[in-house]
Amino acid sequence: MSSELTRRTAAELAELIASGQVSAVEVAQAHLDRITAVDGRIKAFLHVDAETALAQARAVDERRAAGERLGPLAGVPIAHKDVFTTADMPTTAGSKILEGWRPPYDATITRRLREAGLVIIGKTNMDEFAMGSSTENSAFGPTRNPWNLDRIPGGSSGGSSAAVAAYEAPLATGTDTGGSIRQPAAVTGIVGTKPTYGGSSRYGLIAFASSLDTPGPFARTVLDAALLHEAFSGHDPMDSTSIDRPVPPVVEAARRADVAGLRIGVVRELGGEGFQPGVQARFNEAVELLESLGAKVTEVSCPHFTYALPAYYLIAPSECSSNLARFDAMRYGLRIGDDGARSAEEVMALTRAEGFGPEVKRRIMLGTYALSSGYYDAYYGKAQQVRTLIIRDFEAAFEQVDVLVSPTTPTTAFPIGDRVDDPMAMYLADLATIPSNLAGNAAISVPCGLAEEDGLPVGLQVMAPTLADDRVYRVGAAVEKALEDRWGGPLLAKAPELAEADR
Amino acid sequence: MSTTLVPYEEALARYEPVLGVETHIELGTASKMFCGCPTTFGAPPNTQVCPVCLGLPGALPVTNRAAIEGIIKIGLALNCTIVEWCRFARKNYFYPDMPKNFQISQYDEPLCVDGYLDVEVDGETFRVEIERVHMEEDTGKSLHVGGATGRIHGADFSLVDYNRAGIPLVEIVTKPIVATGDKAPLVARAYATELRELVRAIGVSDVRMEEGSMRCDINVSLMPRGSSEWGTRTETKNVNSLRSIERAVRHEIERQAAVLDSGGKVVQETRHFHEDTGTTTSGRSKEEAQDYRYFPEPDLVPMAPSREWVEELRASLPELPAARRRRVQAEWGLTDLELRDVVNAGALDLIEDTVKAGCAPGPARKWWMNELSRRATEQGVELPELPITPEQVARIQALIDEGSLNDKLARQVFEGVLAGEGDPDQVVAARGLKVVSDEGELAAIVDQVIADNAAAADKVRSGKVAAAGALVGAVMKATRGQADAARARELILEKLGVS
Repeated sequence: MSSELTRRTAAELAELIASGQVSAVEVAQAHLDRITAVDGRIKAFLHVDAETALAQARAVDERRAAGERLGPLAGVPIAHKDVFTTADMPTTAGSKILEGWRPPYDATITRRLREAGLVIIGKTNMDEFAMGSSTENSAFGPTRNPWNLDRIPGGSSGGSSAAVAAYEAPLATGTDTGGSIRQPAAVTGIVGTKPTYGGSSRYGLIAFASSLDTPGPFARTVLDAALLHEAFSGHDPMDSTSIDRPVPPVVEAARRADVAGLRIGVVRELGGEGFQPGVQARFNEAVELLESLGAKVTEVSCPHFTYALPAYYLIAPSECSSNLARFDAMRYGLRIGDDGARSAEEVMALTRAEGFGPEVKRRIMLGTYALSSGYYDAYYGKAQQVRTLIIRDFEAAFEQVDVLVSPTTPTTAFPIGDRVDDPMAMYLADLATIPSNLAGNAAISVPCGLAEEDGLPVGLQVMAPTLADDRVYRVGAAVEKALEDRWGGPLLAKAPELAEADR
Repeated sequence: MSTTLVPYEEALARYEPVLGVETHIELGTASKMFCGCPTTFGAPPNTQVCPVCLGLPGALPVTNRAAIEGIIKIGLALNCTIVEWCRFARKNYFYPDMPKNFQISQYDEPLCVDGYLDVEVDGETFRVEIERVHMEEDTGKSLHVGGATGRIHGADFSLVDYNRAGIPLVEIVTKPIVATGDKAPLVARAYATELRELVRAIGVSDVRMEEGSMRCDINVSLMPRGSSEWGTRTETKNVNSLRSIERAVRHEIERQAAVLDSGGKVVQETRHFHEDTGTTTSGRSKEEAQDYRYFPEPDLVPMAPSREWVEELRASLPELPAARRRRVQAEWGLTDLELRDVVNAGALDLIEDTVKAGCAPGPARKWWMNELSRRATEQGVELPELPITPEQVARIQALIDEGSLNDKLARQVFEGVLAGEGDPDQVVAARGLKVVSDEGELAAIVDQVIADNAAAADKVRSGKVAAAGALVGAVMKATRGQADAARARELILEKLGVS
């Protein structure tokens, strides 16, 4: 029963718990057992506290026994990326500078999910301050891809994607600044969504790049992702950029799962040269599949997408250089060199030198330079202009089509260590996902098969206009349904390492 | 290091000063700029803080609408244009008492632009043009413990109080103030005085310089007379009294003139003003100043105050000090000089309230500016601090008007009220102060006085009318001042047959 429970989707678990067939405690225990069994090899979690998790599960069972009306995901375990503050667990953002920090407050998303009765099973590993595409930048060591332990699980939310893919949690939260949900979802063969910017609250999310950071869900099915999306979304008065409009009907769209008559645009600039042949092949098949399901497919050009990556690598570091200034050893976290003889500035400098990893330092330097007077116009200012052009590309495209599609990533999961010394190569992993972050619109990644050359998962990215999040679920669910029929089950069932772990 | 100065008049003979004033005003909103924490002054350290104003990881700011209303009102009162769209910016610099190590401020897109404030010095009006009025958040406060001076240098450790962090601050920046000549220090002072009056009248801040809710940075540069090229300016930070503003400008003029006269160059730098000596010393040099790396604050959506809202706020403004002074001057029939005396004595509110309580403007001004001003000076207090209310002054005048008191008796009533003997009527009753208005009683007293002063009476009878003064005096003495002196004189003359 226990190992079987971890194979269930969140929707199924919720139903089992609601109908009283299993308790939230049993479900939590099953996942805790799974973590004990496999996480030594996956290393998806930075913090698991069985007692706290079981206490939360018990509270849900008690609330239900008392006849309280609970949310549709009550009792379902969830893993939070360690970038969301949690009042009962440490929060580190994958950085040594915050090691052991216990926030005095919950992020809006963690609070909402807690109130909805989801059980926090632990905090997941991530690239330090969400900077990276491989989770190798975590100060606490890399996470491994459940498909192949020598490969990266994507990043920066690699801990969350690996936890869901390895059946350690049915659901997880992540944040997507340049693709940090969609890229790990793609390379671990699961579903990940970047909601419309402002559709999910950033309050309590330790900021990387404020104008791009977007919290979103990880799940093994499109419906589960939609359920989670719906559970934490909606206007938050604590976040000034939060949109005060109804949440799009994402769950309804995921259930609808049809694309008949939908106009789908293939982005010319996100494919072909630079994309791994096996990735491109699976993507092309997915497009044909959509056409066979009744969608009208055309090719669309978004000429400024070519400049998305360089623009992103000016805007994101600029914002991070400012956002990370608060980590100065004065109020919380690490403090180095406070021996009574050194000045506040010296202690700050020593702490930051010790507490930040190389990628974080690189981006702080980049951003500091890009914002400095004399260079602002040439770098930050110019990048913002490019951003406007990319938004216009999207607007023009969405006049012709309802959604845009592309491969989520140019390649499948690359080997751990492969790109560590080559930041530019690492940055290319987000080539196809970044435009949606710059524009702030909605996008999803759903599994669309395995690349022939390495047998690793490939993701299909679906992009929709701002606040049309329901469309990406509608298309994602249709593809998922058709492909699972073809494969005779979920893609994850084909993961060799997982089969090994279960033995 | 002592600095040689050039005497003020000499400096002004050779150089033309150019001024600039940057004023920070803490708004008196109930909650902070970007969170709901209270703003009570003097609360125990770090009791008015939350994740937002402490800048904890993950916390986000949300703009306080009341603060935006406050700044728009100030902008309107300063005749500014309220822009249709603007953004906050981040000003990045590291400071131990600044929670986020950036300050949310405004940079190239301020909320209010291009205004002016007219100020008067010795009957001459100077128009101070306002470049911008913008919004920002205050920082926390450091307390350096263990050193002799209370400064960071030599301290054993420092404590930080974040209660002030996040309190809304309005910054008002003037354009260069030119052509003030030798009046420059007075113009700077008059500007700060007028600005303080204005903000106080709007009611958005208590503008207490001694508590730091209003602080001025003073820019001064000198330009050789006949030249059109501006000199290098210095910025004297946090000058915290009106008198200090005047002194700081004066000192900088004398100091910079000395530097220039000796062939030196004025260094662009911040300077600190010293209350005890009236001098300034060098702070940090602007040349090595930090680059604040401003960029639009991504955590806040842009502001676009609707025109309806702006007009509503304009309509809600009270009568502003300058307009009020004009009105009062006309209503009370005062000369410019008289008005200025009233304003300088801090008596405008008091006189106006006395008038509102039913007193005619003339007597109201007379009592406050003469009798009461004199007593305030004697006691070494400000006029508003005297323990007497405008209503009480109005009541005393009413008693005079109805004939119950004369001026001399009224002075005794003032004395009684100021001594805490109660309201005017209570003082009158307790001290038995009342004009003798009974004709029979007065006539009897007059007869008695004539009988007691035969010699004087004879002089009057023989035509030396001036001798009647002594008899009137005797009547007043006999009645302890409560007789109507004019009537007593009439009666005396009548009875002595010389009327």
